[in-house]
Amino acid sequence: MTPVLECSHIDKFFTKPVNFHVVKDISFKIAPGEFASIMGKSGSGKSTLLYILSTMDTEYEGSLFLKGERITGKSRNYLSLVRSQHIGFVFQFHYLLGDFSVLDNIMLPARKLARKSPEEIRHDAHEKLKLLNIGHLAEKRANRISGGEKQRVAIARALINDPSILMGDEPTGNLDSYNSENVFQIFRQLKEEKGISLLVVTHDLDFAERTDRILEMEDGRMVSGHQ
Amino acid sequence: MTQWRLILGIARTHLLTKMKSTVTASLGVTFGIGAYITLVSFMTGLNKMLDDLVLNQTPHIHLYNEIKPSDTQPIERLAEFRGDLLAIQSVRPKQEQLKIHNALPILEQLRHDSRVLGATPRLRAQIFYLSGSQDLGGVLMGVDILEEDRLSSLGDYIVEGSPQALHNSDNGIILGIGLARTLSLSVGDRVQVSTPAGGNFPLKIVGFYQSGLADIDNSQSFAELQTVQRILGQPKDYITDINLKLHQIEQAVPMARELQNRLGIRARDIIEANAQFETGTSIRNLITYAVSITLLIVAGFGIYNILNMMIYEKMNDIAILKATGFTGGDVKNVFMSQAMLIGLLGGLMGLLIGLLLSRFIDTLPFETEALPTIKTFPVNHNPWYYLIGITFALISTFIAGYLPSSRARRLDPVQIIRGN
Repeated sequence: MTPVLECSHIDKFFTKPVNFHVVKDISFKIAPGEFASIMGKSGSGKSTLLYILSTMDTEYEGSLFLKGERITGKSRNYLSLVRSQHIGFVFQFHYLLGDFSVLDNIMLPARKLARKSPEEIRHDAHEKLKLLNIGHLAEKRANRISGGEKQRVAIARALINDPSILMGDEPTGNLDSYNSENVFQIFRQLKEEKGISLLVVTHDLDFAERTDRILEMEDGRMVSGHQ
Repeated sequence: MTQWRLILGIARTHLLTKMKSTVTASLGVTFGIGAYITLVSFMTGLNKMLDDLVLNQTPHIHLYNEIKPSDTQPIERLAEFRGDLLAIQSVRPKQEQLKIHNALPILEQLRHDSRVLGATPRLRAQIFYLSGSQDLGGVLMGVDILEEDRLSSLGDYIVEGSPQALHNSDNGIILGIGLARTLSLSVGDRVQVSTPAGGNFPLKIVGFYQSGLADIDNSQSFAELQTVQRILGQPKDYITDINLKLHQIEQAVPMARELQNRLGIRARDIIEANAQFETGTSIRNLITYAVSITLLIVAGFGIYNILNMMIYEKMNDIAILKATGFTGGDVKNVFMSQAMLIGLLGGLMGLLIGLLLSRFIDTLPFETEALPTIKTFPVNHNPWYYLIGITFALISTFIAGYLPSSRARRLDPVQIIRGN
């Protein structure tokens, strides 16, 4: 089976403020429906790696494949299209566009992709909200809801284009244990019911231990879980 | 492919939620454009008034017999002296008639010329106004008063009475206002004039004329052409001047040259007659545009600042948009459309304010001796300026928005997301 995400021999250097080899020769694959987590200390390069995998960071060496297609070296506009079609993203802090309603936030990526009619998009957005049990928030302004709710809205937005893989940069890092558990259950459910692959960077050992696989990083190298 | 509805929707939400910044930025444009419209309407209105002052009273081409020495003296025609150095002392002007030879056929021909709006005959007579034992020297101008009124708006300068009244009267005169004051005369009175050749004629005053130039008002009067011909005892073809009004003033110079060659009489064009007129006009226009452009540039900097600030505030949004599949171009378009909306909104408001202000100035009283018909400040309500105004508003906001928007396009989402 074609892996959803595959990277081979990824190297990344920072030149500012000093030359620094931050990601060293990393290769691994994520299978469809797999729930993987990346762990490591601060500065081990795990977030940097995630942004390379997310296609937002294009300055690296090595190759990146998404569903078997090599996307290293593609134009930025093409990568934007790839992101909106295949990759959902959930961040630690940067959740939503505060000035827009929850529903608008969720619909934006789909309206950009423009594969469906506005009515279908609206319908889908309501579906995703219901899936995450936050249907009642639809018309609220995004900066008027709580942190846990925001993160769930962000997940709904990440799902709107039915991506193949969902990536998270410490998606629970800023949440209390109740909401963390909630987010974890949602991820679990997505994997089991929708067959979505998940790749989550986390500090939270409890969270990581319950995923299918832990990729552990240390000083830019992947020390376990990548074989 | 760009989804403008989506982009404009995002831009609109940004503008509406940051109402204060939006209004401030728009007001910058509004004042710039409003001031431009007001200034340019007022200044060009004044310019036009000053131009009219000259244009109305000066024919585009003035045909007359010039008193001057012959270009070729008789001795120069003699073959035996050719090549010698000839010196003639005490050269005198050639004796010549004041009347234009064949004036009526010339007039008729000029009236059928496609370039000519109208041609009017004039008869200039040196006369004396008699008042008791006093003789006042002056000029009586015989004119075709209705035609003059049509072509040079002479009627505007007739402060009492009307051109029609002169036309209907067989021995009427429109007296210069200065003369009327000196002689203590009013409309309906009679004034005695005498010619250098002798002979007194009583004329009936049907109106007063005020040009605004004291020298003219103190000496010049108008009467019908036939009246003056009769006073001088001259036949109907006795005409000393022909004034031409053209369809296009630009043709005055070449046509004057052509007529001078063809007819053998002096043809003076308006540019020659008023050399200072063009210089003044172009310098006043230059000042108007310099001030207007300065105003608009200041407004442009205001927009630049506010957009820059908006982009700083919206860093987070930019990162999220880019992470969820919006391209750099989309983000740039979001901010560009914000700039253009501000420009359009502010520009339209500016046009409105400019319109109201210039209408207001139009009602302010302004009375001048020079132009008896003008009662309020002259304002030029030319729609063309409104078009220039809104175009400039859009261009300046485009330029002001371009740099910040391009910065938003280049912003690296990873840096923003990891920076916090």
